[in-house]
Amino acid sequence: MTPGEIALRALIVGFIVTFAFITGFAYTTLLERKLLARLQHRVGPNRAGYIPIPTRDGKERKLLGGFLQPAADAVKLFFKEDITPGRVDLIIYNLAPMLAVIPAILILAVIPLAGKVPWLVPDPYNYFAIVPGLNVAVLFVLAITSVGVYGIVLAGWASNSKYAVLGGIRASAQMISYELAMGLSVLIPVMLANSMNLGEIVAAQKGGWFVFLQPVAAIVFSIAVLAELQRAPFDLLEAEQELSAGFNVEYGGMRFGMFFMAEYMKMASLSAIAATLFFGGYRGPFVDQVPALGFLYISIKIIIGLVLMIWIRATFPRLRYDQLMNFGWKVLLPISVMNFILVGVGIVLYEEGVFTPLIEMMRAFFFG
Amino acid sequence: MLTRSDTVQELTIEELRAKVGTGMEIMDAEEHMLLSMGPQHPSTHGVLRLLVELDGETVVNLAPDIGFLHTGIEKSMESKTYTKALVMTDRMDYLSPMSNNLGYIMAVEKLLGIEPPPRAQAIRVILTELARISSHLVWLGTHALDLAAMTVFLYCFREREYILDLFEMVSGQRMMVSYFRPGGVWRDLPEEFVPAVRHFLDFFPARLADYEALLTHNPIFLRRTKGIGVISAEDAIAWGLTGPSLRASGVNWDIRKAQPYSGYEQYEFDVPVMTDGDVYTRYLVRLEEFRQSMRILHQALDKLPDGPVNSDDRKIVPPPRSELGTSMEAVIHHFKLWTEGFKAPKGFVYQSVESPRGEFACYLRGDGGPKPARVHFRAPSYVNLASLPKMAKNLFVADLVAIIGSIDIVLGEIDR
Repeated sequence: MTPGEIALRALIVGFIVTFAFITGFAYTTLLERKLLARLQHRVGPNRAGYIPIPTRDGKERKLLGGFLQPAADAVKLFFKEDITPGRVDLIIYNLAPMLAVIPAILILAVIPLAGKVPWLVPDPYNYFAIVPGLNVAVLFVLAITSVGVYGIVLAGWASNSKYAVLGGIRASAQMISYELAMGLSVLIPVMLANSMNLGEIVAAQKGGWFVFLQPVAAIVFSIAVLAELQRAPFDLLEAEQELSAGFNVEYGGMRFGMFFMAEYMKMASLSAIAATLFFGGYRGPFVDQVPALGFLYISIKIIIGLVLMIWIRATFPRLRYDQLMNFGWKVLLPISVMNFILVGVGIVLYEEGVFTPLIEMMRAFFFG
Repeated sequence: MLTRSDTVQELTIEELRAKVGTGMEIMDAEEHMLLSMGPQHPSTHGVLRLLVELDGETVVNLAPDIGFLHTGIEKSMESKTYTKALVMTDRMDYLSPMSNNLGYIMAVEKLLGIEPPPRAQAIRVILTELARISSHLVWLGTHALDLAAMTVFLYCFREREYILDLFEMVSGQRMMVSYFRPGGVWRDLPEEFVPAVRHFLDFFPARLADYEALLTHNPIFLRRTKGIGVISAEDAIAWGLTGPSLRASGVNWDIRKAQPYSGYEQYEFDVPVMTDGDVYTRYLVRLEEFRQSMRILHQALDKLPDGPVNSDDRKIVPPPRSELGTSMEAVIHHFKLWTEGFKAPKGFVYQSVESPRGEFACYLRGDGGPKPARVHFRAPSYVNLASLPKMAKNLFVADLVAIIGSIDIVLGEIDR
């Protein structure tokens, strides 16, 4: 393919995938509201859009109650008066929401969504993504997620509000300390697969998911992702009970909506990254025969990740600022460093053939 | 990192102090940030304003600023008859109106020198203990919500709904009950009330176990509450702390045991006392109070005596509706009681009760007329709030929120 063709293909596919994820974002909010409501003995949104089903006793049963709620929310946010408080730093104030939402969308570029689907995947590549074959995809993900923090810090800084500043400071401290643990646990699948290409990491999990090989790294990564996403119990920067809303307290209308959107888009895309790194990505039963099944499997894995995050939010109280930092630096980081060293040494030993007799013995024991 | 607005920046420290309106000593106006938390803030439990001096996130100094909900309840009561003034007391501690009613009504009865019949006393005990449970449920829910455990909040309010329905059953009102009256209660309990309370007592222990499963051993909750906001027994007494917060510091003081009223001496119950004096201990003490209240409720329902629910003193208690058609005297009494009201003797009384928040007391002075000459309430929230700066100094903002939740204040009662 010529570079022009590659760019054109990426544009078209990127548009479609991004659109799908933005719709998905809207329904993630609905999922969160409905699921939280179920967990908390409430009903949740059930008025905006339902399919009335008449029953024999003359009453109506409501099917799919609330499935237009995201649309109603979006309309509300778009048409709300967009108030800019006095004495804000106008340029940064306007830029910050975009800085938050753009990285969240950019992560989608490298996520492998399916195997080699005929027609959709051009020849040199063997998996479907907006930008397939990026050989530093893992680095790209880490770089882009760290850019996301600027949106939040600058929003806190530019708002000229004390609560927002406190939220912004919390954000920067939190994200820096969890980035390290996350980066180190991301390196483990990279070492196991011997590639930074996400497609090859998925392909390397053909025999078994990396979570079975490296549960520690998977757990550290999941916790770090929660902190990175500012989800409960690490949602310190928007702790409404302490900072009323934290960094976004001075934002309204769709500018607030963009922060919201960034959070939920990142939830979905980081679930996808976690699935790709540790849970076999788009792989699943029969995916080699019917590559298009990959779309289904990755969606299921993303939804499971989202449900887990929502469940955690419903269950746990919030950590305190210093406890969060302690946990990041004194617990997660040492664990991931130790794990990293062990895995590195283990791989070298394996390649040197130290484990070969052991493996032979096991094989002889189990398979005769 | 002081982000004061430009106008404030030009003020001197004295002017600034006057402007912030609490008279708080500002340690370092240049380096520290002054944060006005409230009156509109999600976790100040109403309209409490806290002026907080922050060094980074550490609370260096703080001063509560109250009065945003001042309604002049005590003064207004002077212009109403003893019976009609009762409705004002509901509005003070709106989470536990039964306790307020009881404190005021018992003061009135003490002034009049009358005693309600045993059944009325037992009914009062049942309802105030239910009110204690419902008030503690709100406390538990909001306290957990302050620490972002929002599921507990909704679970607690589900159970509180049931208790409010019970209140509606007896008094026709869910919150502003005004059910206790001088000489007894408004009406006898409806037939379905006792089975409904028993049903509540059946399912509530399991629900309590649910809350405990979510909080008591949760490592994050423990980290957020253990060793936070400690106040020693000496300090607690010196600051006049009462209620569960005092008992969490190791002082065994409960009006229900120390100066039994309304027949509390007949019931067997323990006063939970713990010694650590931190947020977690206050949590444990209140959880134990749920169980003790249930114990009292079981006993009170079991030995609920039969008989009248009102004193037979017709000069104070209005005659029953059925007599109005047959007795001229009843009509006269009815007319006099609802227009002029009964006259209370000259003198003053002080009556304290154990409200869910602490020692609630009513000082009442009569001048011989049908209206109180002076009413003053010792509101437990008001006194307990005073120790907040002592507990919260040199902790984080997040701890400050946890401590406000743990001393369980109601602003309606503070501002009166």
